[in-house]
Amino acid sequence: MISSLFYNIKQAFVQIFRNRGMSAASIFSILAMLLILGLVFIIVVNINLFTEIVKQDYDQVEVFIVDGTSEQQVQEVKAQIEAQPGVTSVEYRSQEDALKIMKERWGESGYLLDSLGDNPLPASLMISVESLDDAGSVASFAGKFDIIEDVQYYKDTVDKLTRITHFLQIAGMIIMAFLVIVSVVVVSNTIKLTVMARADEIHIMKYVGANNWFIRGPFMVEGIIIGLIASLIAGGAIALIYKQIVAAVGDQVFAIVSSPLISVQYMTVNLLIIFVALGCSIGAWGSIVSMRRYLKA
Amino acid sequence: MIKFDHVTKLYRPGVGLDDVNVNIDKGEFVFLVGPSGAGKSTFIKLMLKDLDPDTGDIIVGDYHVNKLSNRMVPKYRRKIGTVFQDFKLLPKKTAYENVAFAMEVLHKPGSLIRKQVPQILSLVGISDKADKYPHELAGGEQQRVAIARALVNNPQVLIADEPTGNLDPATAWGIMDLLDQINMRGTTVLMVTHAKDIVNRMDKRIIAIDRGRVIHDSKQAYEGPMGGDEE
Ligand SMILES: Nc1ncnc2c1ncn2[C@@H]1O[C@H](COP(=O)(O)OP(=O)(O)OP(=O)(O)O)[C@@H](O)[C@H]1O
Ligand SMILES: [Mg+2]
Repeated sequence: MISSLFYNIKQAFVQIFRNRGMSAASIFSILAMLLILGLVFIIVVNINLFTEIVKQDYDQVEVFIVDGTSEQQVQEVKAQIEAQPGVTSVEYRSQEDALKIMKERWGESGYLLDSLGDNPLPASLMISVESLDDAGSVASFAGKFDIIEDVQYYKDTVDKLTRITHFLQIAGMIIMAFLVIVSVVVVSNTIKLTVMARADEIHIMKYVGANNWFIRGPFMVEGIIIGLIASLIAGGAIALIYKQIVAAVGDQVFAIVSSPLISVQYMTVNLLIIFVALGCSIGAWGSIVSMRRYLKA
Repeated sequence: MIKFDHVTKLYRPGVGLDDVNVNIDKGEFVFLVGPSGAGKSTFIKLMLKDLDPDTGDIIVGDYHVNKLSNRMVPKYRRKIGTVFQDFKLLPKKTAYENVAFAMEVLHKPGSLIRKQVPQILSLVGISDKADKYPHELAGGEQQRVAIARALVNNPQVLIADEPTGNLDPATAWGIMDLLDQINMRGTTVLMVTHAKDIVNRMDKRIIAIDRGRVIHDSKQAYEGPMGGDEE
């Protein structure tokens, strides 16, 4: 059994090389599909991470207070907001607090803020809500007070992100389904060349009573090797691409949205697993399709 | 052993098999004759479950062939040995390897293969050619290898679709002697042929088909249309 497996693998490589034009076309078509999948995956996974972080850290509504509002007015409004359903706590944030927080978020670039003369940041109330779903009603309630000049909350952002993610997932899936079918067709045509070259052998095996899976074996090995080659190339390529992305925009992304990009290693490992699984399945599926006519009975 | 019960398989009206009833007992030797296009190969393909009948029932041994699930087909085919006009040997395997191949694909143990293949090669009379490749063998010798391969898994039935079609008369008679010998060892033999002289000299049961219908079924010499090479 083992030696026949090695024999089949060797034969598969011989066939792949013999039909190298078609084999290259198959590999290329699987590769293209996997790369598109990889890019969609990278975007979706990062947006998901960002959304999760935003959801956790920003189950809050921030309302900004008009300059020169008295302490007492602020306290009154604070008390009224605290009484609202869905509100868990309200925290007063002075102009100084705001500046300190901003400095922290800017990190190394924080010194830039030192050059500011008067503190331009408004004081605010940080309203924590039970869930982001309550944010809308709390925001509109708080916005009615005269001393509130602006309201900011993240529900819109999160909703928008969720919609974008969903859209990308669905668009990705449709494109993928299309590309999977194209790949299967291309692979099956490649393997059909081998099948035709070995039609006699298949006939004999069939009439002698070999099991269909036994007969498919060598051809599936060929398909799986084609899929494997494509998925390894795709895995290497996506690792390089993602490394570039992280190196180029990772810091900016962090500065702007204070969410990191997923690490190159994590992304590469997971994508490689997905690629190999998908590439091999397409190869195997293509080989089954290519033999359908021969094995229907 | 082999029963066709009102079997109809029409590709289009009048082409194929039309309401065929045939009963072949275990151990019989039967010729299936008829002009080209009569439906002989269709008969064989139905038996091998390469095709399914439109209506009617096909029973071979313990198997109800037309009701067989796809999963059971390989198991059923192991009970039938098949030989073709064009031998269908694998060109890159020796005579021995070609026969052993039929056992290997059924995962027979190596010890059994090493024991059985030489026996069957000697039965068909080509022990001395075991290491030759098909292109080094004469047509008759190639057909003997093919017969050995068909027999090596001990089928109950041997089906031969024009096994002498590509052979000269003298060689053909050698193959006929071999098939007769195999039949005497208990294997049911069903042979399709166009060779009138062989059929009429062998004194076996003759089933003649014309345009999809059985028109003759007896040991009597058959004088109707047969087509092919009339010697
Ligand atoms: N798959 C098919 N589709 C349509 N028609 C077919 C098919 N296979 C065979 N036929 C037709 O059915 C008829 C019977 O074919 P079959 O092969 O059984 O003839 P045969 O008796 O074996 O002839 P020969 O002696 O030439 O081998 C022929 O007219 C053939 O053209
Ligand atoms: Mg025929």
